[in-house]
Amino acid sequence: MTTPVLPEGPTRRGTELLLLAFALGISLVAYTAVGLAADGQVPSGTLGYGAGLGALFLVAHLAVRLLAPYADPLIVPCVALLNGLGLVLIRRLDFADAEQARNAGRAVPSGDAPLQLVWTALGIAAFCLVLLVVRDHTRLARYAYTSGALGVGLLLLPLLPVVGQTVNGARLWVRLGPVQVQPSEAAKVLLMVFFAAYLVSKRDVLSLASRRVAGLDLPRGRDLGPVLLAWGASLSVLVFQRDLGSSLLFFGLFIVMLYVATERTSWLLIGLGLFVGGAFLAWTTFSHVQQRVDIWLHPFDDPGGDGFQLVQSLFGLGTGGLTGTGLGQGSPDNVPFAKTDFILATVGEEMGLVGVMAVLLLFALVVERGLRTALTCRDSFGKLLATGLSFALTLQVFVIVGGVTGLIPLTGVTLPWLSYGGSSVVANWALVALLLRISDAARRPSPAPVTPGVARAALEDAPTTVVRRP
Amino acid sequence: MASTLVISLVKYGLLVLLWLFVLAAVRTVRADLFGATAQRRTTASPSATAPRAKPVKPPRASGSRSAARRLVVTEGALAGTSLDLGDTPVTLGRADASTLVLTDDYASSHHARLVPGDGVWLVEDLGSTNGTYLGSTKVTHPTPVPLGQQIRIGKTVLELRR
Repeated sequence: MTTPVLPEGPTRRGTELLLLAFALGISLVAYTAVGLAADGQVPSGTLGYGAGLGALFLVAHLAVRLLAPYADPLIVPCVALLNGLGLVLIRRLDFADAEQARNAGRAVPSGDAPLQLVWTALGIAAFCLVLLVVRDHTRLARYAYTSGALGVGLLLLPLLPVVGQTVNGARLWVRLGPVQVQPSEAAKVLLMVFFAAYLVSKRDVLSLASRRVAGLDLPRGRDLGPVLLAWGASLSVLVFQRDLGSSLLFFGLFIVMLYVATERTSWLLIGLGLFVGGAFLAWTTFSHVQQRVDIWLHPFDDPGGDGFQLVQSLFGLGTGGLTGTGLGQGSPDNVPFAKTDFILATVGEEMGLVGVMAVLLLFALVVERGLRTALTCRDSFGKLLATGLSFALTLQVFVIVGGVTGLIPLTGVTLPWLSYGGSSVVANWALVALLLRISDAARRPSPAPVTPGVARAALEDAPTTVVRRP
Repeated sequence: MASTLVISLVKYGLLVLLWLFVLAAVRTVRADLFGATAQRRTTASPSATAPRAKPVKPPRASGSRSAARRLVVTEGALAGTSLDLGDTPVTLGRADASTLVLTDDYASSHHARLVPGDGVWLVEDLGSTNGTYLGSTKVTHPTPVPLGQQIRIGKTVLELRR
């Protein structure tokens, strides 16, 4: 204790900075690998790209250092690495697009990677903004219904006639001037705040008032209301917006948060039952759901038509094998939507199973830190919100990775931070900021004794003194 | 032109780096799980007490083997929560200003507090409605809490651990 060093013990910001530098280094190696494979030399933009990305990471780090000094040291580096890798993969697919255009004699498209870098910058701006505005996460609970209403509003926005856009058969886009945004990503975070606050205030009623039927604690009929509402809402998202992924995400999220809040297994069973019922209903009624299920069960029945995307993705994963073809040396552009939904197929083809596992572990690490935050957090709202945020990530990664690998029917959601897409990157950086805010509160050492009880006790012991009023 | 050797080197190097990153991250998790408590005692206490006027001598009673380091909630809505104990009192209650905010309908706003004494922690009831119990006896005056003894507040049960 002779040398006054940075308070490295509890805050561990130094670890974070080191890991962030490591993440930047890996992104740059990947960037160079793409350039080497494309034209045999280290790409000229490496320095600029590194400086840009490095500056963004540094801003995120400084924001954490200033605004949430005790927050978890692992979350930001893992997310930064995923984001950096995503940028490299998108750039790699830009090269493929350019080459295709050149071969076909069309004009070379400008590429999506620079735009994604701009979106990343906006994401980190959102990250800083959330950390700056939300100084105490328990305050968020006061805006439960506001954020709930806002979330539902955002969710319904694409259905409005003028601003709403139908893209690839799903009506979940909103056109704002020159850019298209997908409001459901932001709605996800807002609705989670609402769920957590609502369930904290209602948890006792939901978990205590129950009847025991056949060894299972069944909730009262009227307590089922919100669950049925969530079910109806997610089904209507499915019906009107034809968005399977978001619908599944919202419902799963609500059920899991309900389960965590009440510790009743019956909610999981009821949720599962409603899900199976809803899924069956959707399968019998909607042709696009039937089509998805058919592709999932028999992808090779029509490998050039309906099954083309999944079949190409499976071929890509198979070609990659254990260590992949190397970045820039496969042909991941054969898969339609390789930049968005199917970005994992690119990882699998060019970095192999080893790379896919590393990427999945990075997600697992973020989720683990999130759940650990929930465990150590001292208030119920924070616990529930952290659980919800972490589980949302888990479910989203599972849904899209399961879809791309043919484990479950494909539903279009983005792979957080890796996929191309502005709304997703921005919303997920905001999600991370909330997680860090809770983590900061959870890991902060207990405050000095300024609590009323102690103050009162101190006052009782103190002798009476005459004080002069100012 | 870069040779195929360089390209393969970069390819495998990238995978190795990716995994090194994952391992470094896991190592941090490990330090958090096992190594942190010892590390924290030595580095955290001075910084936590720094704003105080009177310098407190570092890790008090490192000789006392029975010093509790954590307060763990074992039953009740907050079960699983743990709190690292420093050398400041810990207040328990439903009030937002408490060190550990209890989610328990049977707890009072300012229910009880834990005060560090001479090598032991004392539990003190702050005039709560339903009382604080140490094991099966009601706490009426500041009472030393042995390690692992159950402190019962409403439906919540807490324990001191090392």
